[in-house]
Amino acid sequence: MSHHIIDLQDVHYRYPDGTQALSGISFRIVHGEAVGIVGANGAGKSTLLLQIGGTLLPTAGSIRIGEIVLSKKTVKEIRKKIGFVFQDPDDQIFMPTVFEDVAFGPLHLGWTLDNVEQSALKALEKVNCKHLKDRPPHKLSMGQKRAVSIASVIAMDPDILVMDEPSSNLDPRSRRQLIQLLNTFDHSKIIASHDLDMVLELCERTIILGEGRVAADGRTRELFSDEKLLAENGLEKPLSLQYQRLRVAK
Amino acid sequence: MASFDSTFLDLGRLDNLSYNDTIIHRIDPRAKLLVTVVFIIVVVSFPKYALTSLVPFFFFPILMAYLAELPVGFLLKKLLIVSPFAVFIGIFNPFLDREVLVHLGSFDITGGWISFGSLILRFVLTVGAALILIATTSFPGICNALDRLKVPRLFVIQLMFLYRFIFVLTEETLRMVRARRMRSFDKKRPGIKQFVQMVGLLFLRTLERAERIYLAMCSRGFDGEIRTIKRLRFTLRDLLFLSLFIMLFAVFRFYNTNQILGNLVLQVFR
Repeated sequence: MSHHIIDLQDVHYRYPDGTQALSGISFRIVHGEAVGIVGANGAGKSTLLLQIGGTLLPTAGSIRIGEIVLSKKTVKEIRKKIGFVFQDPDDQIFMPTVFEDVAFGPLHLGWTLDNVEQSALKALEKVNCKHLKDRPPHKLSMGQKRAVSIASVIAMDPDILVMDEPSSNLDPRSRRQLIQLLNTFDHSKIIASHDLDMVLELCERTIILGEGRVAADGRTRELFSDEKLLAENGLEKPLSLQYQRLRVAK
Repeated sequence: MASFDSTFLDLGRLDNLSYNDTIIHRIDPRAKLLVTVVFIIVVVSFPKYALTSLVPFFFFPILMAYLAELPVGFLLKKLLIVSPFAVFIGIFNPFLDREVLVHLGSFDITGGWISFGSLILRFVLTVGAALILIATTSFPGICNALDRLKVPRLFVIQLMFLYRFIFVLTEETLRMVRARRMRSFDKKRPGIKQFVQMVGLLFLRTLERAERIYLAMCSRGFDGEIRTIKRLRFTLRDLLFLSLFIMLFAVFRFYNTNQILGNLVLQVFR
């Protein structure tokens, strides 16, 4: 399956209020790749994700997912291919019970009821939350909410997972479980985050955004070792890499 | 403003109760909903001066609360909170209706007092029954039941979203209230201007959240109609529950149960 390609060409976006958020972004992500998108606040991460999810359409340039070029008409098709995990699970989980929420996507794709139930249960099992299926969302911990919101997306069997800050507000153990979970998925993944250590563990490739442009695009480990590049873009070397250097110095 | 915290926690407590596991909690939500609705209609259908004939109906809420192991004090407190509504509706009856209907020894009781008492009894019965329904049935269960009983989709969806987000929104409000309280040392309550600002801010935040939720729904295939997956099973036990209680209410309504009970007791002791 080589058609799960995300191809951005010279994408520009200007918000209605005049803020130029993206000014010429091009990259290509091939099937099965995991790509981290990092950058300082206001660098354009969220805007970029909203573009890929089809919420905002580029003011110039083009986005291609597989063979389909993103436009108003193709948004629906594209959303079937992309599983978008929002930053706040309280936005993502909107049905009154966990099971109903996970079943929402498949149900609205028009699957048969048996298929819906099966895929919802399978997705819950994948994130180890099957026992929570009858709970109302407000009785879940933050880590559980995050897992459920991921389940609600993978239940639709998307080709590409797009995640906005998946590790925010998680305690260390939940964060660790999340990383292990995401590592078991073989979808193409796009992960926007400030958690550089997580990006380092999950993504071979990273794109650094700065002021609406691609400041760097390359192997994660190499980019994150380049202290000058990181500092220019308001970032810091991930702790795990700093620690390594200390150990060598000893 | 500490009361806001406790109101929030009370809401959570009522919700927690509904997830317990007792005989009553396990009954199909449709059966409980129907029984409660019939109960309320029957209680309301009594004539204006009905007083003693309402008393047997206390059997239902008391039995339900007992079997469902509900904390009675907590429910009574909830009843007390809403009671002013009923009291104010009936408070003028004794002044308007001064016709003497009953002589108790040297006391004359007017029709107004009787209808007032009847109103209060009905209030306790109906609101109590509704509270018990909520405390014994999870809210998604009730929504599911409403949907299956062909209540218009739009209302059911509204209720579902209400339930899902009332906790999120109250928590957000709680955070705002706490943040304000921490920085206003002398004043216990916000002035009207501050209050309006806070409500406005909350409204804006809610609007933003609604937009994000809409996006989340769209990205999962929402097309203007919400479908739900329903899994309810109406068993023989539910049918029994439904028919027994409805028969019981019919008996309470159309026969003078007090008199029958009274005669029975007299016969036993004769």
